[in-house]
Order: sequence, then structure tokens, then C-alpha cells
Amino acid sequence: MTDSSTRTERPLSPHLSVYRLTLTMVMSGAHRITGVTLYFGTLILVWWLVAAATSPRNFDLINAVFGTWIGRLVLFGYTWALFHHMLGGVRHLIWDTGRGLGPVESRRLALATLVGSIVLAVLVWAIGLVLRG
Amino acid sequence: MRNSFHHIRGLGSARSGTEHFWMQRLTAVANIPLVMAFVVILVTLAGRSHAAVIATLGQPMVAILMIATVLSVVVHIRLGMQVIIEDYVNSEARKIALLMANTFFSIAVGLAAVFAVLRISFGL
Ligand code: HEM
Repeated sequence: MTDSSTRTERPLSPHLSVYRLTLTMVMSGAHRITGVTLYFGTLILVWWLVAAATSPRNFDLINAVFGTWIGRLVLFGYTWALFHHMLGGVRHLIWDTGRGLGPVESRRLALATLVGSIVLAVLVWAIGLVLRG
Repeated sequence: MRNSFHHIRGLGSARSGTEHFWMQRLTAVANIPLVMAFVVILVTLAGRSHAAVIATLGQPMVAILMIATVLSVVVHIRLGMQVIIEDYVNSEARKIALLMANTFFSIAVGLAAVFAVLRISFGL
């Protein structure tokens, strides 16, 4: 233990700055980021509901804001984040049962979360637009 | 190491960690159908007139669904943000302040949303 020459022979571990970014890492972070986004996004929901509950004038304002290009993009992003977080959450629930933790399955689940969230977000808005005519 | 579920619930050194975990999972499961129904409502109402939105949100089933969603989400986000604060904030004073702010935020969001839905339901 006190012999410093043997210590220098040892590999320095863990290599905190040397790693390959994997999909599973990114998706793990994405679950937290979407969670925080949705957290503050509840303010939009509250604004919408309170505006609807107070006056048509207040409601027209938020409608105008979210009727713009940027507003629609924000709404779409919000639903995407929601589906992303939901599927990521389902992934957590699967892990809680002890399943889906292997390298192959966890990668597959991460991919399914990413693809599934995009598909669901596009689908729900497409259906919404069609229903509205 | 394995313990039966009823044995684990409510125990642990802090006597609260499992409860936190359990409520996070419970609200996560509840959120799945609630949020999906909510998104469908949101998408069909986006851009509609005030009168149309009021008429839909005022329906008992829609109002109950909205309130259930808000309650489940508010409990869920308070617990979720608590974990994030505990993960990243090291100063004890800042941590306590942020945990308080988190609770206030969650309650404020819940109250405002529920109040709005009830007001719409019971007539403006
Ligand atoms: C739609 C269904 C949802 C499911 C299945 C779900 C699931 C989960 C799960 C399992 C966790 C814990 C993650 C962990 O243990 O690391 C979590 C965390 C969180 N959720 Fe959700 N959630 C849902 C909806 C929401 C909504 C609507 C919001 C906000 C409006 C939200 C905000 C958060 C936040 C802020 C966290 C903490 C993130 C973290 O610790 O990394 N969730 N969610």
C-alpha cells in the first residue's frame, strides 16, 4: 500500500472523462429533462384553464399566442415531451419488475421510447387536425 | 436480498423513502391513462373558441378527468422535482428553500387548475 511505484502502475479508474455516449445514457437524461420541462409546462395548462374560467377575452389572448407558429411548435413539443416522458416512465416501471435491464434489451427499450414518442406525438396531432376538419 | 412487498413498504431508515418511491410509481401508473385522455382532449380543443372549450370542459366526465389528472400530476411532479433537488443541491439551506418552493409551486398549480375546472363546471 505504501509503495508508490506499484500504485502508479495501476490503471486510473474510473475514466470519468473517457466514455462513449450511448443511446441509453441520452435517454436516461432525456427522461429527467422532459420531466423538468413538463413540470414548468404545467404553467401553460394553468394559464389556459384559468383563462377559460375567467373571460373570453383572456381566453382569446392565449388562443392567439398558441395559434402562432411558435405557439404551435411549443404545443407540439410539449406533447412530444409528454409522450417521451410517459414511455420513458413505462421503461422505468418495466425495470422495476427486474426486466429489460440487459444491454440489448435496454438499448431496444431506449430506441422504442424515442421512436414511439415521435410516432405518438405526430399521430395524436394528425388525428386532432383530422377530427377538427 | 429479497423482502416481501408488504414488509418493505413504509420501512427503511428514513421511514419515508419507500413511500416516496411508491407514490412516484403509483402516480406514474395513474398518469398513463389520465395523460393520454388529457392529450386527446387538449388536441381536440386547441385553437377552438372560448364557448366550445367551456362547453367541453364543463361536462362532468371531462371535468372529473381533468381534476384527476391534475391531482395525480401534481403529486407526481412534487415528488419528481424533490429527487432532482436532492440530487443536485448540496447546500442544506438552499435545499430546504427549494424543497419548500417545490411544494408551494405544486400546490399552487393544483389549486389554480382545480379551481378553474370547477368554476367552468359550475358556471361562469
Ligand atoms: C404520462 C405518464 C407518466 C409516467 C408513466 C411517468 C413516470 C415517471 C417515473 C417512473 C418517474 C421516476 C423516474 C426515476 O425514478 O428516475 C418520473 C419522474 C418524473 N416525472 Fe413523470 N411520468 C408521467 C407523467 C409526468 C408528467 C405529466 C409530469 C409533469 C407535468 C411528470 C414529471 C416528472 C418529473 C419532474 C420527474 C422527476 C424526473 C427525474 O427524477 O429524473 N411526469 N416520471
